[in-house]
Amino acid sequence: MEIVARTMMRVLGPKTIVLTPPSCSAIITGYGRETGWRVPAFQSNLENVAAYASGIRAGLEILGKDDINVVGLAGDGGTVDIGLQALSGAVERGHRFIYICYDNEAYMNTGIQRSGATPQGAWTTTTPGGKAEAKKDVVAMLVAQGIPYAATASAGYVEDLARKIEKAKNVNGPSYIHVHCPCSTGWRFPARNTVLVARLAVETGLWPLYEVENGILRITRKVKELKPLEEFLRAQGRFAQITPEQVKRWQEEVQANYQRLLAKEGQRWN
Amino acid sequence: MPQLKALDGNRVVAEGARLARIQVAAAYPITPQTPIVEYISEFVRQGQIKAKYIAVESEHSALSAVIGASLVGARAFTATAGAGLALMHEITGVAAGNRLPIVMAVTNRALPSPWSLQVDHSDSMGERDQGWIQLYAENCQEALDLVLFGYRLAEDSRVRLPVMLCLDGFYVSHTTEVVSVPDEEEVDRFLPPYRLQNVYLDVDDPMSVNALTSPNIYTEIRYEHFQALKRSLTVMEEIGEEFYQHFGRRYAPVEKVELEGAETVFVTLGSMSGTVRHMVKEWRRKDVPVGLLKITSFRPFPKALVRDALKEAKQVIVIDRSAGLGSEGPLSLEVKAALYGLSPAPAVYSFIGGLGGRDFTLATLEKTLEKARELYAQGLVSSGSIWVDVKEAGD
Repeated sequence: MEIVARTMMRVLGPKTIVLTPPSCSAIITGYGRETGWRVPAFQSNLENVAAYASGIRAGLEILGKDDINVVGLAGDGGTVDIGLQALSGAVERGHRFIYICYDNEAYMNTGIQRSGATPQGAWTTTTPGGKAEAKKDVVAMLVAQGIPYAATASAGYVEDLARKIEKAKNVNGPSYIHVHCPCSTGWRFPARNTVLVARLAVETGLWPLYEVENGILRITRKVKELKPLEEFLRAQGRFAQITPEQVKRWQEEVQANYQRLLAKEGQRWN
Repeated sequence: MPQLKALDGNRVVAEGARLARIQVAAAYPITPQTPIVEYISEFVRQGQIKAKYIAVESEHSALSAVIGASLVGARAFTATAGAGLALMHEITGVAAGNRLPIVMAVTNRALPSPWSLQVDHSDSMGERDQGWIQLYAENCQEALDLVLFGYRLAEDSRVRLPVMLCLDGFYVSHTTEVVSVPDEEEVDRFLPPYRLQNVYLDVDDPMSVNALTSPNIYTEIRYEHFQALKRSLTVMEEIGEEFYQHFGRRYAPVEKVELEGAETVFVTLGSMSGTVRHMVKEWRRKDVPVGLLKITSFRPFPKALVRDALKEAKQVIVIDRSAGLGSEGPLSLEVKAALYGLSPAPAVYSFIGGLGGRDFTLATLEKTLEKARELYAQGLVSSGSIWVDVKEAGD
C-alpha cells in the first residue's frame, strides 16, 4: 500500500487533495499540519470517499480552482462493498476525480475479515473454511457505466501503475485504478516476497494488467506463457486448504478468462 | 425593496438559499422536501443562483458532498426529511465535529416505523446530540428568514457550527402564506461572503483534516464544540438584533407571547406554536391567564432564558411532537432541566401528541389545559408524558 501511495504522490504532485477512509492508508494521514501526505488530506467515512470527492470537485469548480487533483485512496472493503454506492453515483455524475483502490483482498486494517474482493478459496477470519464466492469485478461494473478510464494495476509493477495514474490525471471526468496489493500479514507469506507474489498473480494470468480507455481495451502487460496458478497459490498460507480439484478448476477459469481478454484487445469492452 | 409574495415553505427555503448566494447544493429527493431540490435545480439552470447542484444518489452522500464543498471554501446547502435525515446520521456528526457552517433545511417528517409521510419531530430529535444548532420555524416567513439568519450565525467566527433549520412537513413546507422576500442587496449587507476558517483543504496551506484522534485530545476538541454551542446563544441574540435592523423582523432563541401575568404557559416547537398563539388570544379574551413560550432554538437549549420566562408561572404545559420513547418528550426533559433547583418551581405537565402527521387540534389543546388544571388542583404533577390524543380502545 505504501508503494501505491508513494507512486500516486510522485505522479500527482503537490496540487492534490487526498481522501482516505479509515483503512490501512490512514496510517499516513498524521494530524493537522503534521500530515504525512504533505498535501491537504481528509479522512472520510468508510463508504463515502467518492461522495466527498464529488463535493470537493464541485466546490473547486465553482471557485474557479481547476488545476487541483482530487484523489481517493481506498481499500477493497471501502470500495467494492460499502463504498460501491458512492463510487457508482460519482462515476455516473461524471465528476473529475481519481479513485485508486488498493486491493489486499480483505478488510485488513481491522484484522483480515473477508470482503467482496476476497478470492474464492481464501482463508480469512470470517471465511475460516475458505471463501466460497468469487471475487467481485468492480472494473467491469464501472466500465459498464461508461467510465472514461479504468485500469487494473499491481504493486509489483510500479511503472505500469505510474503510467496509469498519469493517464488518470489527465482525464476530464472520473477514473478508476484497481491495484492488486499483496498483504503479507493477511495472505500469510514473508514480507520480503511481496513483489514476488504480486508478479505471480500477473504472470499466472490471474490478475491481468489492462486499461479501458473510452470503452476500448488495451492489455498493458502481455504474458507470453502463463505460469501455473499453483505457483501463486502455494506461495501464500491463505490458500492452504484448497484441494487439487479446486486448483485445477480455477486454473482452467483463469486461462479461459485470459484468452477471452486477449481476444477483446483493441475492441470495445462490451 | 422587499417583495410580498404568496409562497409555500419549500419555496421560501429555496428563496432563502438563493438570497444567501449558496455555491454548492447537494440533495436527494424525499417527501416532503422534494420541491426544494426542484426549485434549486431550476434556479441554477436559470442562473438565478451561481452554484453547482449535485444530484447525489443518497442523503448520506448529500451531506458528505456538502462537507467536501464547504471544506474547500464554497457556501454549501442541503435539505432532507425523516428517513433521509436518519440515513445522514453517520455524517451529521462529521459536519458538526469539523465545525463547518453548513445550513440544512429539514422538513420534519416522522421516522419509521411505522412508516409515515407526515410531520412529527422524531427525525430532528434523533439528531439533537450531534452538535448542530437546531432552529425551528413556526411559519413560512420564519423558514425564509432563518436560512439567512442561519448562515450568518453558522459562519460567525465565534460559532462555526452547522445549522439545522426545521420546518414542519406539509404544515409549513406545503402551506402557502404571504411572505416578505428580502431585497438581495439588503441580504448582501447582512450576509458577507463565506471565507475559510479553522480547518480546510487548501493546497497553499496543507493540513490533514478529520484524522484519528487520541484520547489525549478528544475531550478538549469536544469541549470546544460544547462551548461554541453555548456561546452561540449570545451570538444569536446579537444577530437577531442585526436582522431586525436590516429586515424589520426579530429572531431570538425564544419568543414570549402574553407571559405578563400568565398562570399557565405553553411551551412548543414549530407550527404548533401558531395554533397555541391563536388559542392564547382566544383564552385571554375570556380572561384566562395563559401565555406561550415559543422555542426557536432547541439546540443549544436556551436554559437561562426559559428559566427566566417560566419562573413566575404556576403551570407549564410542554407539548412534544415526538414520542420520547423510553422516557419523556425531549422538549419537556429540557424544560424540566431548565427549571431544576427553582423554589418554588412551576408544575410541569408534559404532553405528547400530533405524531405521524396527526393534527394537533384546538380541541386537543383545550384538553391539555383541562388535564393540567385537573392535576394541578389535586396537587399532582404527571410523572411522565401524557399521550393526549390517543384514541380509546374501540374508537
